[in-house]
Amino acid sequence: MSNAENKISYIGLVKNGIFSENPIFKVALSLCPAVAVTSGVKNGFMMGIAVLFVQIMVNITVSIVRKFIHPKVRIPSYMFIIATWVTVTDLSMAAFARDVYAQMGLYIKLIVAFAIILTRAELFASKQKVTPSFFDGLGVGAGFLFALVIIGFFRELLGKGSLWGYPIINTKPLLIMILPTGGFFAVGILMGLFNWIGIKFFGGGGASGGGH
Amino acid sequence: MADLKKEHELIVSVSPHIRDEETTSRIMWTVNLSLLPAFFLGFYFFGLKALFVTALCIISSVLSEYFFQKAVKKKLTVNDGSAFLTGLLLGMNLPPSLWSFNPFTIHVPIIGSVIAVVITKQFFGGLGYNIFNPALIGRAFVLISFPKAMTIWTEPTAAFLALDAKTTATPLGILKEDGLAKLIEVFGDKINLYAELFNGHRAGSIGETSVLALLIGAGFLLYKRYITWHIPISFLGTVAALAWIFGGKSPETGKMLLFAGDPLIHLLSGGLMLGAFFMATDYVTCPSVRKGQIVFGIGCGALTMLIRIKGGYPEGVMFAILLMNCFVPLIDRAMKSDVFGAVKEKKK
Repeated sequence: MSNAENKISYIGLVKNGIFSENPIFKVALSLCPAVAVTSGVKNGFMMGIAVLFVQIMVNITVSIVRKFIHPKVRIPSYMFIIATWVTVTDLSMAAFARDVYAQMGLYIKLIVAFAIILTRAELFASKQKVTPSFFDGLGVGAGFLFALVIIGFFRELLGKGSLWGYPIINTKPLLIMILPTGGFFAVGILMGLFNWIGIKFFGGGGASGGGH
Repeated sequence: MADLKKEHELIVSVSPHIRDEETTSRIMWTVNLSLLPAFFLGFYFFGLKALFVTALCIISSVLSEYFFQKAVKKKLTVNDGSAFLTGLLLGMNLPPSLWSFNPFTIHVPIIGSVIAVVITKQFFGGLGYNIFNPALIGRAFVLISFPKAMTIWTEPTAAFLALDAKTTATPLGILKEDGLAKLIEVFGDKINLYAELFNGHRAGSIGETSVLALLIGAGFLLYKRYITWHIPISFLGTVAALAWIFGGKSPETGKMLLFAGDPLIHLLSGGLMLGAFFMATDYVTCPSVRKGQIVFGIGCGALTMLIRIKGGYPEGVMFAILLMNCFVPLIDRAMKSDVFGAVKEKKK
């Protein structure tokens, strides 16, 4: 048991979260924020940072208290832990990043309901020690951040002709990309591309599952 | 040779045993043919611009199908005419003013065609697997992406080679913005309005204007039994009924007046005829059961009138058909006919 745990490579965990189990492109969880907040790189980045922080802290907390939680009440307990850290993030963002918070405060609160955070708490952190849980949270959060920034990049560039709020091209090449419809187009096409590259060059499997 | 024949006689295959001459490509090319009258009238009224826009759509549709199938190493099915049909339908649904270099809008038909063929059709697995009508998704995509370019309507002239044209509003646009009185004023009198709408001498998309030419093509398809009456009639009937009930406006207050609408204007204008006969009846994206087709048609008609009367766009046929496309699997499941010989399950 302890041997098996020691064999987990921390870098492998981070890589796993970003590439082979990327929350959006591979596991297809938490697609709702991927469409809702990625109308710009900046929003996508801030959302990704918030999720990264919450995911790491939740993983650590769940891992620490995993032996005290009765299995029958584990999901409500995880929800309490997630809600705690989301509140911390929410209030910190309200204090330190007011302009971003004004735009996406609603979605920050919604992190509580993100499937990916609960999934990692249930599947990984509740069975592992603190350090691997930390690296798993780091990987998954970074994978989420990476996906949101990529999606936001294409949507903002094509829909607004700008990046991070700074104008790059004078026109708006494809107005639809800034709308929710364009979000679905972007997520779908990028997911396909990500999986195609993964299968073609790294021999991985395709996307699986799906969720809100 | 003799051996081969003998061998053939011994082969026992599964049904169907009686085969028809019809093939997918034959149906597709016949539909293409039946669209020609409407296209020629569009060409006649809008001149070379109409021809160029449609040709651009057809060429880019066929090419994008060809290159996509080459790229993913699928069997080439460009010859079956479905990409040609998508291009033709898309072209006929676009305003002729898109052929313009200043402002530059020539990329609009090309982007629409690529979206229609690659994303709507090929990404879902090619012909027969698409959920939505490809030409309509192409049009919806460019309408939302290029709202300005897509709503410049050219006034119809019969001057063939003219590339310059006056811009004007479509009848439905006038109806939405200024009301019925203004529309009648623009066209002279009411009889003239109906006649012009019927002949197609009005602003609009290239192939949607002439009801006469569309009816000729649709009649041909009905005669060949490529389409049945169920979808078009229920679609048009719902539009007419709802236009009569809710389409009226009191001239003084501008409020809705029940049972005072003019169904003929709503039937003859916009893309309704093109949509009802050629788009909604697309085999792939409409229900296969007759009962379901009627439900589908009624849904299309209701959504069309909802958008025309209450929505932000003057015309709603495109969005209505696309929205109803989503419901096709549900309709098919709910209306599925009983299997022959099967016993109905008792409800608990």
